[in-house]
Amino acid sequence: MKVQLKIQRFDPATQDKPVWGNYVAEVEDNGRVLDALHYVKWYLDGTLALRRSCGHGVCGSDAMVINGVNRLACKVLCKTLDQPVTVEPIRGLKVEKDLIVDMEPFFAGYRAVQPWLVPDDTDPGGRERLQSPEERARYDDTTKCILCAACTTSCPIFWGDDTYVGPAAIVNAHRFIFDSRDAGDRERLEILSAREGAFRCRTTFNCTEACPRGIKVTEAIQEVKRTILYRKV
Amino acid sequence: MATVQDVYERHFPSGISPSSWEVWSWFFMRISGLLLVFLVLGHLAIMHVFGGGVERVNFDFVAARWHGIFWRSYDWLLLALALLHGSSGTRTVIHDYVHRDGWRVLAKATLYVATFVFLSVGTLVIVTFDPATLAH
Repeated sequence: MKVQLKIQRFDPATQDKPVWGNYVAEVEDNGRVLDALHYVKWYLDGTLALRRSCGHGVCGSDAMVINGVNRLACKVLCKTLDQPVTVEPIRGLKVEKDLIVDMEPFFAGYRAVQPWLVPDDTDPGGRERLQSPEERARYDDTTKCILCAACTTSCPIFWGDDTYVGPAAIVNAHRFIFDSRDAGDRERLEILSAREGAFRCRTTFNCTEACPRGIKVTEAIQEVKRTILYRKV
Repeated sequence: MATVQDVYERHFPSGISPSSWEVWSWFFMRISGLLLVFLVLGHLAIMHVFGGGVERVNFDFVAARWHGIFWRSYDWLLLALALLHGSSGTRTVIHDYVHRDGWRVLAKATLYVATFVFLSVGTLVIVTFDPATLAH
């Protein structure tokens, strides 16, 4: 099938502001937006810059704004979209070229919540730290995050102020805060009660709608807020 | 790449550990918002809908209304919660959109001074209002 594409093109080295590039790509009937973008890059205009790695919705490289909403280009079928399909870089981060943005403010927020297991002082005696299926289920939803930034760059608070840690960082904090093996929750909750933390969230639910993994992002943020509230108030 | 130390310093400049201020202000917004729903609806019903509406509100009406402690307390609570709820929300908007340190301090200082002045003047009126000395 033929896919009409309207792609936002921007090269800061030579252009003052972005322009739209119009292309017609040829993809299979079940082709994804990523296939259409590949067609453009490989056969029509090799200067198109985009990120993608696995191409199967796992690595989280190709989040972009497709017909106005944050999606993974590798998970959206062209036949489900109105044409022309508009493709823009994710919002709230500086565009480096075309669909590639500077992800550093996003990852700074991620690192700020210490996204690693902080073990307690007990020595497991050279064995693994055991956890019941129920304990594992408590934070299962937030383990699905692939750090694609679709949620954080759909958040109007993040658009206004990129020092807000953003929904993805809070989701990843949630993943450890509610892990029974983790002992770093006190410090993480302190970090998230700072001005750039969880209480910047205004529950617009954009993040939940944007998540390509179906994580209940707003619910996770609310659980973190509630936990902080119960400990402090 | 930013180290963990860099991230810490960005979030806690000058080593000040985070206080519970954001948590309390968030909690206050919820509680005051909930109370304001009832206080404002009550205020609207009494002053604007039932008993003749706003046209009947004059000096005598206020004098009669503020004769007792109950309506003075009601009005003061409405004043205080609305002002603090509004200024707390404005503070959040300033955090969202004013990033330069100087401008942010100026905006927040203006906000706090205005809130303090309005709250003081309003409190002064409600506490010291005495129809006997004003009527003549």
